[in-house]
Amino acid sequence: MDPIITNGLTKRFGSFIATNAITFEVKKGEIFGFLGANGAGKTTAMRMLCGLLRPSSGTAKVAGYDVYTQSEKIKQNIGYMSQKFSLYEDLKVKENIRFYGGIYGLSDKAIKEKTTQLLKKLQMEAEADQLVSALPLGWKQKLSFSIAILHDPSIVFLDEPTGGVDPLTRRQFWDLIYEAASRGVTVFVTTHYMDEAEYCDRVSIMVDGRIRALDTPRRLREQFSAASMDDVFLQLAREKAKS
Amino acid sequence: MQTPIVVQDVHKSFGAVKALHNISFTVQEGELFGLIGPDGAGKSTLFRILTTLLLADKGQATVNGLDVVKDYKAIRKIAGYMPGRFSLYQDLTVEENLHFFATIFNTTVEANYDLIEEIYVQIAPFKKRPAGKLSGGMKQKLALCCALVHKPAVLFLDEPTTGVDPVSRKEFWDMLQRLKQKGIAILVSTPYMDEAMLCDRVALIQNGQLLNIDTPQHIIAQFSKPMWAVRAKHMYRLIQDLRAFPGTDSCYAFGEYLHLTLKDGTAGVDALQAYLDTKHHEAFTMFSIQAGIEDCFMELMNTENV
Repeated sequence: MDPIITNGLTKRFGSFIATNAITFEVKKGEIFGFLGANGAGKTTAMRMLCGLLRPSSGTAKVAGYDVYTQSEKIKQNIGYMSQKFSLYEDLKVKENIRFYGGIYGLSDKAIKEKTTQLLKKLQMEAEADQLVSALPLGWKQKLSFSIAILHDPSIVFLDEPTGGVDPLTRRQFWDLIYEAASRGVTVFVTTHYMDEAEYCDRVSIMVDGRIRALDTPRRLREQFSAASMDDVFLQLAREKAKS
Repeated sequence: MQTPIVVQDVHKSFGAVKALHNISFTVQEGELFGLIGPDGAGKSTLFRILTTLLLADKGQATVNGLDVVKDYKAIRKIAGYMPGRFSLYQDLTVEENLHFFATIFNTTVEANYDLIEEIYVQIAPFKKRPAGKLSGGMKQKLALCCALVHKPAVLFLDEPTTGVDPVSRKEFWDMLQRLKQKGIAILVSTPYMDEAMLCDRVALIQNGQLLNIDTPQHIIAQFSKPMWAVRAKHMYRLIQDLRAFPGTDSCYAFGEYLHLTLKDGTAGVDALQAYLDTKHHEAFTMFSIQAGIEDCFMELMNTENV
């Protein structure tokens, strides 16, 4: 069964339809790019998929669980990271790992093992006892991603994980994403960097609450006769401006 | 006419952290000058010093010939500043925010309406909406209007397009080009490397130090190594193989291609081909390209770290 399946998923706020009957599925181990302009309905859709917001209509299953009746199960089985909120700045690196491990119900033994592994992989052993507030942004983002998949979730949701990060660190961050995907973790990611859209296996583009395009980056470029994903995105937005 | 911005040997530390180290540059009249660098590079600290909100430890700076320390009151009257964090009143409407800022500067929206008209008409349909309820792109347009409402001589824009979608970003830069033509000097910062190409000159900043100051075209022309774009069916495997190749100098993902430089330049291509033949990549393509501003930035970052 695909890790994410939605059918006609809709959210209304009063008379405003934030997410309008979106239907798609994401395959296991896939890196799925979820794109759209500000206000297109991405965050609302993502909140429904994470079990944080009840849909108005339609169906969705995430990690095999129903978004209406099993939202707690969903939360236990997914990882989530956003640029805006990720780690506790006033806790040490080690303490943040321990805190999130505890939240997801890992045993003390597992937390200890995973802490060692994680610090080694990120080459952050020397910073284990530093406050997170003292880390450069790029390090925080890499640490935050690693913590989001600490409990081995089958899916991880990344909400603009690389905003403002320097170009080198941004690429190191994508190395982590590739590595997780190659281990079978499904990655659902939003970004405003169109070059990053190219790193996804498939990409969907939302306009005004609807999914207007969904395919591999290469086929989307062909479909829109565009030189880059940036062009594809601008064409869809212009079409909106005309309507 | 005074030079809009002159920065000379400015230093600023916060405890042990050197936020700015030996910063010097000038912005000319009607110039769109970009400060390009990641979060934490020191961009906002520099903006705060130039807008008289923070004192430098060392060095001098002037805005339109006015000293940022002695003449801070005068600078505040002629500078337009859009801080990195959305700083308008969320619970006032679009219209109320604009009138509020005009009043603070002892003027009216009507007096300088020609300057903001083009931008304001785009948000006018939402003029009764609280600023906090606008989308990201709309918030930025309103903030720009508020920074312009007193007809400033110099405009300081700290990351106006961060977190804004590509369409709104493009619109925003189009507006900056038109403001420039009206003779306003603009200092703008951004973490988006592609936006550097839209500036007259740029300063690349990292860890509080300027890596380079020049026109974007010159910066690109200075990149001396031959570079190739490479792709194959399995990109993750390709990037790992290329990084494992001893002759590789750098290999980074760039959209649908990898950008590759070799230690021996063009002389290293044959050895690379022989190496890749053993790896059996499907749909392999490789062709020569010109480096872009992001390639240059990463190259400079790597040299600085050495």
